[in-house]
Amino acid sequence: MSSIPADLKYTKTHEWVRVEGDIATIGITDFAQKELSDIVYVEITALGKTVKQTETIGFIEAVKATSDIYAPVSGEVIEANAQINKKEGDAPAMVNRDPYGMGWLCKIKISNPAELSTLLDQEAYTNLVQRSQHH
Amino acid sequence: MSKTTPFYSRHLAAGGKIVEFAGYQLPLQFRGIIPEHHRVRTTVGVFDVSHMGRIRVWGANALQFINRMTTNDASSLEVYQAQYSVMCYPDGGIVDDLVVYRLPDHFLLVVNGANNEKDTAWLKDHLFGDVQLENVTTEVAQLAVQGPKAELCLQKISSIDLSPIGFYWAAEGKVAGVDVLISRTGYTGEDGFELYIPAEQALKVWDELMAAGKEFEIEPIGLGARDTLRLEMKYCLYGNDIDQTTNPLEAGLGFVVKLDKPGGFIGAEVLQQVAKEKPRRRLVCLEMQDRAIPRPKLSVFANGNPIGFVTSGTLSPSLNKGIALAYIQRESASVGTKLTIEIRGERHQAVVVAPPFYKHGSRKK
Repeated sequence: MSSIPADLKYTKTHEWVRVEGDIATIGITDFAQKELSDIVYVEITALGKTVKQTETIGFIEAVKATSDIYAPVSGEVIEANAQINKKEGDAPAMVNRDPYGMGWLCKIKISNPAELSTLLDQEAYTNLVQRSQHH
Repeated sequence: MSKTTPFYSRHLAAGGKIVEFAGYQLPLQFRGIIPEHHRVRTTVGVFDVSHMGRIRVWGANALQFINRMTTNDASSLEVYQAQYSVMCYPDGGIVDDLVVYRLPDHFLLVVNGANNEKDTAWLKDHLFGDVQLENVTTEVAQLAVQGPKAELCLQKISSIDLSPIGFYWAAEGKVAGVDVLISRTGYTGEDGFELYIPAEQALKVWDELMAAGKEFEIEPIGLGARDTLRLEMKYCLYGNDIDQTTNPLEAGLGFVVKLDKPGGFIGAEVLQQVAKEKPRRRLVCLEMQDRAIPRPKLSVFANGNPIGFVTSGTLSPSLNKGIALAYIQRESASVGTKLTIEIRGERHQAVVVAPPFYKHGSRKK
């Protein structure tokens, strides 16, 4: 069973969000990393850009497929996790090993806090994952 | 409703992540695609390939029939020898790729799982003379034991000496006390064997194999690593690299197309014409020059012009580079040609390289 912490918000596209003040830290969920399996490359393409909620902000390359990363909230992408966005070595595998910790992807300075209420809580995301597993 | 193989309970017990493939519930991965890939390249791994189709053919005209249906020359086969081959439509398109075994009293055809029903129907539609045909897929389980330690591992539980079995040769003997057909074949580029086991005794072989292989760190390998291993060798995958719209000559499978064999084969006339005019396009190996991973269907460009498309692509765990197979115009297909692939809207540099991508496999010649 995938780990789904209670203190985070989630998207239907399997990103998680940790809100501290007006900064949202973003990653992909434990369920998502398991679905992708071996992650070999992460790129935040929107670093420094202002993005709208649900826009593509980067992508994840796993051995078997590529997956987009979507902005859970609107705002400016102010930081990418330098430890993960490395083109060499197995640093991106940290997303597999520690998706909610060292494997975070980027930070967004939130421009519209009202959007946070549109995100899923632990219970709603758990339901979503369970449906995905039994389709 | 998708089917399970005789090894399903073992896949679950080993923590396999199960997906549907060719109508079967099969493991995509266990520990992870990359570690499983390396395990096969360095020691030994076991693949459940029971989803492959197994068809027995016998009768006075069986050899003649197989020679009519396949492009390779089955008459050159000795008893217990195997050959890689292709079945074609009259227009030269590929029905399937397969392995043909000549056994003492019948032939065994091993076809792709997803094509099993189609192939069986295709073969039945073309029967002539004294030929009998039976699909034995569900009665026989199939395991591939692959890797440089495969022989050492399998020898521990085999009644016969495996060392004299040559590449693409087979023998019959007991493995874990069960009567099996043992062939030195596989689709990974490593030395290894495929075992054809009576389905009801399959688990006994699995369990003893896992116990015997413990000292070599044997482990089950999923479909994910099967794909990266075969791609590093430029082994074609039906549905990706070859299908009814492609012919074996452009796919680089000319070595199994015997255009002048007596009696010909279905598709021979068209392929003779293709050979004469040379294929317009070729399936080539492309290696990325930067850290980008090509994926199927992406466009390939030469000097800014589209010249083809990717059919298979992945990160090569052995080379740690993006690799791809692509059909491209013949003029751009020579080794060393610099091309670009459009990945996520950006053109990434690639170069045509000679197959295979991975050149250090332990496969016996």
